[in-house]
This record gives sequence, structure tokens and C-alpha cells, in this order.
Amino acid sequence: MQPFTTLTSTALPLRTENVDTDQIIPARYLTAVTQEGMGDGLFSWWRYSRDGSPNPDFVLNQPQYQGSEILVAGRNFGIGSSREHAVWALTQYGFRAVISPAFADIFYNNSLKNGLLPIRLPEATVRSLLDLVEELSKTSICIDLQNQTVTLPGLLDGETSDAETSWSFDIDPFRKHCLLRGLDDLGYLLDKEEQISAFEAAVSL
Amino acid sequence: MGKTLFEKIWDAHVIAQDEGAPAVLYIDAHLVHEVTSPQAFATLSERGLRVRRPDKTFATMDHAIPTRIGALEVDWPDDAATQVRALRQNCAEFDVPLYDIEGEIQGIVHVIGPELGVTQPGMTIVCGDSHTSTHGAFGALAFGIGTSEVGHVLATQCLMQTKPKTFAINVEGDLGTGVTAKDIILAIIAKNGAGGGVGHVFEYRGPAIRALDMASRMTICNMSIEGGARAGLIAPDETTFNYIKGRTFAPKGDQWEKAVSRWWTLTTDEDATFDRELTLDASALAPMVTYGTNPGQGVSVNGRVPRAQDLEDPADRRSLQNALEYMGLTEGQPIEGQHVDIVFIGSCTNSRIEDLRAAAAIAKGRRVSDHVEALVVPGSKAVKAQAEAEGLDRIFSEAGFEWRGAGCSMCLAMNDDKAGEGKYVASTSNRNFMGRQGPGSRSLLMSPIMAAAAAVNGRVTDVREIL
Repeated sequence: MQPFTTLTSTALPLRTENVDTDQIIPARYLTAVTQEGMGDGLFSWWRYSRDGSPNPDFVLNQPQYQGSEILVAGRNFGIGSSREHAVWALTQYGFRAVISPAFADIFYNNSLKNGLLPIRLPEATVRSLLDLVEELSKTSICIDLQNQTVTLPGLLDGETSDAETSWSFDIDPFRKHCLLRGLDDLGYLLDKEEQISAFEAAVSL
Repeated sequence: MGKTLFEKIWDAHVIAQDEGAPAVLYIDAHLVHEVTSPQAFATLSERGLRVRRPDKTFATMDHAIPTRIGALEVDWPDDAATQVRALRQNCAEFDVPLYDIEGEIQGIVHVIGPELGVTQPGMTIVCGDSHTSTHGAFGALAFGIGTSEVGHVLATQCLMQTKPKTFAINVEGDLGTGVTAKDIILAIIAKNGAGGGVGHVFEYRGPAIRALDMASRMTICNMSIEGGARAGLIAPDETTFNYIKGRTFAPKGDQWEKAVSRWWTLTTDEDATFDRELTLDASALAPMVTYGTNPGQGVSVNGRVPRAQDLEDPADRRSLQNALEYMGLTEGQPIEGQHVDIVFIGSCTNSRIEDLRAAAAIAKGRRVSDHVEALVVPGSKAVKAQAEAEGLDRIFSEAGFEWRGAGCSMCLAMNDDKAGEGKYVASTSNRNFMGRQGPGSRSLLMSPIMAAAAAVNGRVTDVREIL
């Protein structure tokens, strides 16, 4: 897993609530037997017209947001299916963090296992970030996982003196540790062999 | 202080809890299917690992396979065939038992697990599928996992999990005629929202839940994930034990009595408390229909599509407007009478024999409306065989429904069963997301009897009028 320490990038605004995993990656991309090729299917229903051409109205196709590594979205991001393909689609496309007021549990878990940082911020904060990046697409957002902060470095010099420019977010300390170092769960679990065997023997499973 | 049912199962399965780390949870049964497993088996191969407990692992094929009767495997689409071949190869290489479409036992993973008696009270059960919550109907802690976690369970029989919170859903009163378990769960989600259960495990309680048979309990627990919950639970009772007794993997002889006395302890203690609670009166419910693009956007069949002006939150208003634009519905319109093009009776929510009997009772002696294409997809080969033994297939066929083989089918449109652009689908499945049942498809979620009524009338109908 790719470690996550800090990230400074422009952000792509997706002002939609309840973005489900069928929107992130439709079922027809799930027929693969490898992880590859998911990036092309990201937001497929919205991103492509029915004839397969890019839909110019969808934010992902707008030139000013190309190269953004942060996605800012409405609440309940990632509801629905357990498909980890949704996370693979986001990371393969180039996203490294998603900011939303709330995430579905399975999507949140899957993200952490692939180095995609899901950041929960209050609804009003996300709304103001959406306003900001919709208006000023070049706004840089800086994410610092060690310090658990999201900041707007370009605005720190007082350009918008009355606006808030720094927020902190919560993350489970263990998950943070794993993300910072790029560690996955499997090694940790394999180290528990003794306890696993003892448990199996005790309940004679 | 006492413990909730969830806490009892959780505590019995935590094998390690390091300071500052999630719990290591032992998994009693792992269900596997063709779509979310190939990359997990690949991880095992890359790391030179074996499946730790093939005897606790059960594989079948359900998502991508065609359900058209007589569809020969040589004629399948390449991608479905590739996935099925990969599953066969992985199961052979790792000694995992596979319930193959070529064999006698096969079907939707959440239908065959209980059918085989794999699903038992007090167990932890996982699968790379969000509707694993279905098995909670037996008082098992069951939840969906991603493919990375499928690999973890294959290799170690364990998962790292943060302890969820508890959420009691009390369903009081008695259901009226024509109102079903599907209506209970759609009403709960409409009330609590599609994200309302995030971070929690639901426990469904109360007299209306106790009165339900196992198929109905499975329908409710199945859609826990649609309410945002990690899992859903119902404490086991006589109804549960009667269902399990005698099934292939059920305890036998002395073991049966021991198991039952252990299972009786799987209840929430009287002095236990929940983090959250919600109460619903079953006797006040009517059949439910969704109008939007998430399962929380549902109303009673006698109700109307909401108006944006009545919603306070701007995000809710936008969400409603986007949904209605996609669905081609108008604010304030009655949902009853809404035109329907396709009817799908099936899915892990509503494809069990009880569901098909109920739908057949409506279909009997009636005809599917001329403009409607209707299909009935049993959840497993066993359900299909039982239905055929009871003559339900003939009732459906004579009424103009197409009778299919077992699988997920049009619930998620991974195989060739897809609703066309703009088509309205009266569906007994669990998700009405945009494009879920085919590109541009518009899903109206409802119960099996409501779907059967919609098929014969060609529009959303209050099934109570034709009972």
C-alpha cells in the first residue's frame, strides 16, 4: 500500500449527496478478475454520454479540475455495495483523498486498505469547501495526516481574512499509523497465528 | 450491566485486542462468490499463503451468471465465463468447497447459506457482499467486507474490526393484511435515512418482528445496509430453530440439543442499553414504494412524492430534485398509478419460496399487463425446485411471467438481464440507485405481492385492493 503522509492538490467538487458505489463504478466493470482498468469506469454513468463520448457537463471532464487528487463530495459518500472496485477506480484515476461529511462504513474501510484517505469534516465546512473550489478551481488544499489537518495554504496570508482556513479531522490512531507507513492488515493478522490457533483449540472448532 | 445480543457475539469472537488497535475478530463462516474473490485469491498466491480453514469457507456463483433457462455455458458472455472459470480454478487450487452452477446446489449466496444450515445463531459470518447482513436474521453477526478483507479471512480466518455501536429498532403492533416485511424495512429506512445507521449494528425487536417467519426476517436484515448499518440482528427463537433443524450443516443428535440451549442465551439482556433507539408501529404501515434513487426515498403506496419546498435542508432538496429528474417523476404526484414497464421478482431480498408463493397467489388467474415484461428469478436451485413442485412456475408462466434459473439477475444487471433506458422497474430487490438495473433504468422498490400487482395492472397498485 502506498503510504499517505501529506498531500497538496487542487480539489474536484462533486456537489452530490448519497453517491453510491454503483455510481462510482457500475457493475459492468466488476466482471474483471484483476484490479486493473477500474479508473476508466470511474463515475461512468455521469462521465460518459450514452454513446461513450465524455459528458462535458460533468465536473470530472472539466479542464480546470484535471489533475486534482482530492475529491470533495456531499454526505453519505460510498453507500451501497461492498465492491472495493469503487476505491480502486478512485485511486487508479488519481484520487488520494476524499472529503465528505459522512461515509458509508464499508467504503470507508476499503479506502483505508488502499491508501485512499477518507476525511470527515462537518457539513458546513464541506459546503464552504465546495463553494470555494467551484469558484476558484486553482485553490490548493493541503492535507497533513500526521497532524490530522486540512488547510488552505494559499489563503493563509489573509486574502480572505474572515474565512476559516484550517480544520482538523478524526481518524482511528491505528489506521493513521498504517496509512503513514503503508502497512496493510494482513501482516498484522498473520502475526496473530498463536492466538488464532489457541482460540480454535479452545472452542474446538 | 447486561449485554446486547451484538455485544455477546462480538465478545465471544474477539481473539486479540492490542492497545490502540482494532479488535481481531474470529470468523465462523466465510461465503465467497465469483465477483469479489479473484483479486483476494491472487493476493494469497502472491504471498504464498493457503486458505486457513477451507472447511469454514463456502463458494458459489450468483452475480454474473445468466439465469435464462437453457443458457449454455458456451454461449455465456466472455467476462461471466472468465469469472466463473477463475472461481472454479481458485476453489480447486485452495480446496474450497464450491456450489457450482453445474451441480445440484447453487444460488444467491445469501439464499443458499441459510438453506444449507451454514448460517447459525451466534456465528460471525462475512462475505464480499454488502447484503451479508441477511444472515443476521438468525442472530448471527454478519456483514459485508471488501476484497482486501476477503483475502484476510481466507488467509487467517480473522478480520480487524472497530467495534460498531448498537441501535435498537423496535417494531410494535401487528402488520395489516397485504403489508409485509419489505414494507417494514422500507419504512424504517425512509424514516431513518440511507445513512442513518452508519457505524451501528441494528437489532430488530418487538412483537411485529417476533411474528415473522425466517424469510421475512431475512428480508429485513438484508436491507440493514440500505439503512447505512454495518449489520442487522434478530434474536433467535423457536421459529429460527425450526428453520435450521435437519439442514445439511445443522448440528445433529446430542449436538442439536446443546446448540439450542446455547442459542437461547443469544438475547439482549433486560438491563442492557443501546446507543440509539427507534420505534415504529407496524399496524400503522401501508405497502411502501420508493420514488427516488436511494432506498430511503420511499413512501406509502397511498402517499405522494415529496415536494422540495417542504424540505428544510438544501442538500435534501437538491438530492430530491436530482432523483426526480432521473426518475421522470413530479413533485407531489401520487405514487399509486405510476406506469411500470418491467417487473422483477427476485434478489437476495425477496427470492425465497415464501416470497414466490405470495407473489404467485396474486398472479394466479390473472394476466401480466400487455406492456409489461415480467420475470421471476428464484434465489436458488432448491427454491426453484420447490416452486416447481408446488406448481408456482406454471402459475407464473400462465400469467405471462418469465420463469428463470437461480441468480442475482436484474438486481444489479451484471449479467444480461438489464432494464432498458428510462424503463420503470417494479422490483423486489434492494437498491434503486441510478443505472442499477441497467443503464438509465428507473427502479421502484416494493414487496413481492406489490410487484405482482404492478405486473398485472401495468402500474403501481395498492395490492390490498386486489387481495
